[in-house]
Amino acid sequence: MYDGKYIIPGLIVFVALMTFPIWKNMGNAGIVPKPEKPVGVTKCVESAQYMRTSHMKLLDDWRDEALRDGDRTPVEVDGVKYEKSLMNGCLKCHTDKKKFCDECHVYASVKPYCWDCHYVPKETF
Amino acid sequence: MLEKALTGSNKYWGWIAVLLAFMAAGALSYVQQYNYGLGMTGMSRDVSWGIYIAQFTFLVGVAASGVMVVLPYYLHNYKIFGKITILGEFLAVAAVSMCLLFIMADLGQPTRALNVLLHPTPGSILFWDMIVLNVYLFLNIFVGWVVLTAEKKEVAPPKWIKPFIYISIPWAVSIHTVTAFLYAGLPGRHFWLTAILAPRFLASAFAAGPALLILLCLIIKRVTKFDAGQEAIQKLVTIVTYAALINVFFILLEFFTSYYSNIPGHMHTLDYLFFGLHGHSQLVPWMRVSAIFGIVAIVMFLIPAARKREDTLAIACVLLFVSFWIDKGIGLVIGGFVPSPLEEITAYYPSFQEIMITLGIWATGFFILTVLFKIALSVKEEKMIS
Amino acid sequence: MDIKRRQFLKIAGLSTIAGLGAPAAFNLLLKGGPDTVSYASSGGEAEASHEAAPTGVRLGMVIDQRVFDANKGLAQKCTTACHTVHNVPNFGNKKDEIKWIFEVPFEKAFTGKSQYHKNKNLEDSSFLVLCNHCDNPPCVRACPTKATFKRKDGIVAMDYHRCIGCRFCMAACPYGMRSFNWRDPRPFIDQKTHNKEFPTRMRGVVEKCNFCVDRLARGQQPACVEACGNTGAMTFGDLNDSHSEIVKLLDNNFTIQRKPSLGTNPSVFYIV
Repeated sequence: MYDGKYIIPGLIVFVALMTFPIWKNMGNAGIVPKPEKPVGVTKCVESAQYMRTSHMKLLDDWRDEALRDGDRTPVEVDGVKYEKSLMNGCLKCHTDKKKFCDECHVYASVKPYCWDCHYVPKETF
Repeated sequence: MLEKALTGSNKYWGWIAVLLAFMAAGALSYVQQYNYGLGMTGMSRDVSWGIYIAQFTFLVGVAASGVMVVLPYYLHNYKIFGKITILGEFLAVAAVSMCLLFIMADLGQPTRALNVLLHPTPGSILFWDMIVLNVYLFLNIFVGWVVLTAEKKEVAPPKWIKPFIYISIPWAVSIHTVTAFLYAGLPGRHFWLTAILAPRFLASAFAAGPALLILLCLIIKRVTKFDAGQEAIQKLVTIVTYAALINVFFILLEFFTSYYSNIPGHMHTLDYLFFGLHGHSQLVPWMRVSAIFGIVAIVMFLIPAARKREDTLAIACVLLFVSFWIDKGIGLVIGGFVPSPLEEITAYYPSFQEIMITLGIWATGFFILTVLFKIALSVKEEKMIS
Repeated sequence: MDIKRRQFLKIAGLSTIAGLGAPAAFNLLLKGGPDTVSYASSGGEAEASHEAAPTGVRLGMVIDQRVFDANKGLAQKCTTACHTVHNVPNFGNKKDEIKWIFEVPFEKAFTGKSQYHKNKNLEDSSFLVLCNHCDNPPCVRACPTKATFKRKDGIVAMDYHRCIGCRFCMAACPYGMRSFNWRDPRPFIDQKTHNKEFPTRMRGVVEKCNFCVDRLARGQQPACVEACGNTGAMTFGDLNDSHSEIVKLLDNNFTIQRKPSLGTNPSVFYIV
């Protein structure tokens, strides 16, 4: 190989640098997020498992139904009606964005732009 | 072949460094704009498109003009253009790249640009413009590269490339037609609402584009061993002259319809651009310069002594290019917003950042152009030596 | 003609059709037939009365200028009500300006209506202008992502989540009723009065009047109509419902629309 003496050490350094975060945190998953659920409420519109994995899909669907199809009929689960709305639905129970939404979003390093427009309860901006 | 762009004289690297400096300055300004929003520019509620979209419109024309060398060579077997078709194609590549960058710079939510593909809307002209521009970019890179590779290997270009070349010819016309349709189909914008807009776009493109190509050929002749040849350049001059005359004719037609019909809505923008409207005349000096430069350039092209001498030819090309750049890159787009639908007059002055971003994108275009031309010309020089 | 050239011409012809014809053909397919009725007619103020036969709900508004002229300050109340309820920012400068409903003099609202001798009433009267929720909206045609679209009830709505901020709709709107968020609007919304039930917008998207879709869904009237109280200055309703109050108003009064000659068929009517 041409210039092997430069290329191979170079590659090793590169791979070492790239995988550094893995080595550093070996065996440590970091602080596992513990989103705080609303007190006194036991049911959501879907199962906890579904909400954990697919709440973003549900929000997208609600948005399209309410905004684009004009279908704002409340979602009814076990006789309880929920408005198809982030601000006027979800956040009515989940009142603490920091302890609920941000907990996982920060951990997973996702930055949904919901809050650019939608108000957080008690928010001042 | 890319490696050919990595070796060059000090002058070559100096030029690259200058371009990179402008690109960096543009990128820096863009970061500012990205963080603050488009309010960083001089655009407003009334003049909602500015210099970005104006440059985009002008450069679509430059891109389309590549067809003016491709068509005679491949359709009419006009051999003299064989040497410069690759330059035409690569100029188109650089111009379309700038168009796409200007569109991106103009988006309020650039990270959502792919929504155009995610929610395709065939009723929107902008959707079609996106398609034709990207396909045209692909066609020119592909054809240019394949033909140049064959030239390097000193074999004939593969037969299967022909359909791509033939498609690229009407495609060039389509990109500027669709771009004109962005404007020509909007109710209530009288200045743009004219059936002649697409032909006018094409005429000015087929003049300004080849004029730039002539200038590039003259520069190349000085800095490399490659000479496009007197005959090829003079043929380009003929094309430029005809196209420029047709463009002037089209503009005069606009004047006739507006002023003879005497319909206020049709006269307002022309008044604003050339004579001033209700005391507002920000663009009048620009448009008059454009008119004078255009006329002087055409006269120079028509005088044999002037068009045959390289220095006077270069001056004429610069004048024409500047003239049509003002006409389309400033007057057409910005003028079209005055007066507003509520018949208010709002002036538009690009901000410092806006100008820096614009220069940065132009520098990026010239960077692409330089690299591509360097590759093409190195291949051609090698052949000359061997 | 040699074979090569003939072959070429075939290919060139076909590719021209593909390149230039396809978009037009597509548009025709998508537009379909019925619309052509309104395209076919051209020019003239009379156009408005030649709209296609009513089908389904078409929400609209009648603005009675006589009431506004008699109640100075009422129009300002409408604007404030709308801008408060929708969290429309106030930048305090013309360049960044965002507005959904605002007052303009007659000649700006109704351009092209020449006045040799101006009617005394019009002299100091100002007209409320807002999105016309056109039956044939050019902005919807222009939008490359369907971020602005026409709902079944005739409301021309905006999906701010989808808008890429190309501002083609602003160029396409012949009424100048669209605004763009040139910068982050939040710092310019009055914190004391803002409506927490309604979102704000983000920078980089276009916005405009939405005929208060969210309020309608809750059985309320649009904010501006509500602000007029029972003065009858603004009437909102279904233009296709022959028993509605708005249709009665249209039947009994001479009304005008803004720029009817453009064939956009505005759903906002004015009694002057």
